[in-house]
Amino acid sequence: MGYNCVVLIKQVPDTKRITGEVMNDDGTVRRSALAAIFNPEDLNSLELALQIKDQFGGHITVITMGLPAAGVILRDSLFRGVDDAILITDARCAGSDTLATSYILSCAVRKTAYDIVLCGRQAIDGDTAQVGPQLAEKLGIPQITYVEQLTELNAKTITVRRNIGNGWQQVRTKLPVLLTVTSETNESRFAAARKMMKYKNAMTPIEAERVVRGQMSGVGGQGSGVSETQIKKLVDKKCNELEERGLLIKQWDLDSIGADLSWCGLSGSPTKVHRIQSVVLTDKESKTIEPTTNGVSDMIHELMEDKIIA
Amino acid sequence: MIGVNRKGEVWVFAEQHNRQLEDTPIELLGKARGLADTLGVKLAAALLGDNVKELTNKLIHYGADKVYLVEHPLLQFYQATSFAKVMTGLIGKYKPQIVLYGATVTGRDLAPRIASAIKAGLTADCTDLQIGDHTTAADKKLHKNLLFQIRPAFGGNIIATIINPERWPQMATVREGVMPMPEPDVKRRGEVIIEKTELTQQDLPLEILQEHKQPKKVNLKAARIIIAGGAGVGSKENFKLIWDLANCLGAAPAASRAAVDLGFIDRDHQVGQTGTTVRPSLYIAVGISGAIQHQAGMTQSKKIIAINNDPNAPIFNVAHYKIIGDLNKVVPMMIKAIKEKGIKT
Repeated sequence: MGYNCVVLIKQVPDTKRITGEVMNDDGTVRRSALAAIFNPEDLNSLELALQIKDQFGGHITVITMGLPAAGVILRDSLFRGVDDAILITDARCAGSDTLATSYILSCAVRKTAYDIVLCGRQAIDGDTAQVGPQLAEKLGIPQITYVEQLTELNAKTITVRRNIGNGWQQVRTKLPVLLTVTSETNESRFAAARKMMKYKNAMTPIEAERVVRGQMSGVGGQGSGVSETQIKKLVDKKCNELEERGLLIKQWDLDSIGADLSWCGLSGSPTKVHRIQSVVLTDKESKTIEPTTNGVSDMIHELMEDKIIA
Repeated sequence: MIGVNRKGEVWVFAEQHNRQLEDTPIELLGKARGLADTLGVKLAAALLGDNVKELTNKLIHYGADKVYLVEHPLLQFYQATSFAKVMTGLIGKYKPQIVLYGATVTGRDLAPRIASAIKAGLTADCTDLQIGDHTTAADKKLHKNLLFQIRPAFGGNIIATIINPERWPQMATVREGVMPMPEPDVKRRGEVIIEKTELTQQDLPLEILQEHKQPKKVNLKAARIIIAGGAGVGSKENFKLIWDLANCLGAAPAASRAAVDLGFIDRDHQVGQTGTTVRPSLYIAVGISGAIQHQAGMTQSKKIIAINNDPNAPIFNVAHYKIIGDLNKVVPMMIKAIKEKGIKT
């Protein structure tokens, strides 16, 4: 049978691992110093797609909207077993809020064949959980959020168990559908050694260009006399070679996905940031209690006096 | 989107299930009352369902001046497409300037679908809402009386104030317990505006085959004293210390997200931005580091005791009583002291 799954993924700063090394002296976080990782819940939605492919066959495409560095998570997805990986990268995406992001992603998804679109519930930087439902609305397909388990899948319909907070629902709908998946749904698999060997040199055109430029500057230093035209030729050559070996990761920009620029980036984003306040941890008036029998006893006594404890 | 409409009302989506209103919309009415008064406009609730007219009184008692009521058999059970269709119609017709939703499972499923359909801005999980002015850097244009949508972001390491100057309505979701429950005034009167809707089975692509609800294992919002354990407790077995301390004080046991994720206790006990927001008289944080998302759920507690062996734990910044020590020694000391003083629960 086989189903076409499209998984949307995001590279995010590791906001859960704020250590002293990434803190400024004033107690604020140095965002640029945070490691970039695969958004955790996107690994879970990818895992669900892989399980569907394992069980029913089909094709998985991953798509990410990001900086060129996002090539890393696309490669990671290839290591885990997807068939196709696409990077949407364009300076004009900058400043996109969830509405603009879901619009851009919808333009890209429309260029693929899809039965099931999968998203992680939310990303650990924005924490909004909005892109999934907004993307579903733009594609004009139903959405099922907080999917815990796939119950049944056939040519016409999909049935899933959904977490509704204080319980669950069994929900069925016709394909195509968009699902959002949480960290509780599954354990994502490790990269497969064989796929790592196969895809370790897979890259996007922009990564290929960086490799070529790196080689050029190594050869003759800056101003070595290699013209831009020559560099472009070398980059094209490298990309053709990669494509022949099935190692060229597709790269699209806003023009190639037919996006209306007024709905992208800052101009396409209804929400704007008025102000950001770094959370600076300051001292507060409080009492230090010794971790001794007496210290604790005195504290309990005080709480009783204040009628906090009866 | 509807564009800037200064006469627009402030709306709260009145989420109900099985003809019972959720707590969050009521909490939101309390906050929204103040926003509407500041803006000098009316406050309304949008109530969708089948045979739910009796809920309009409650909404008015809790502060709504109006209730837009849409009843239809196909609205008996929630799903995103049908509810988004009705709300989109109401918003298009009446052009509110602000629409607020609880950041419940339903709210987080519905609000973005509406935002996308009407191409308006939406901010999730706000911890505060205020009215203020904003000047755009680029063109120095002054936007007065915008809704400041305030929320932690970046894993809780920053507090962002988000605004939506032009693509109205300004929409936001707020988690349960973040806003205090207002007092009802049963003498309040208001208007009920009945709206019709055209819905067909096409608008309901999801079939809900089965539903199973479990009542929550613990009512943290009602607890006067809460003992919360964090990852520092170490194991599910060691969490017994939390249960024991809770029992001798007649308190509710709770936990940070880290402890829940580690399996020490059920998610129903989770306090924090993605758990429950609580405001007990006494909150004892045991082995909790105190990440911002946890603090968001408990800093309104009257008195806070923090026990942690890391003197730099952020929890100490919000604690009234700081105990830097080993919780495995300190908690038994507390239990002993409480029993000795004959505290009855």
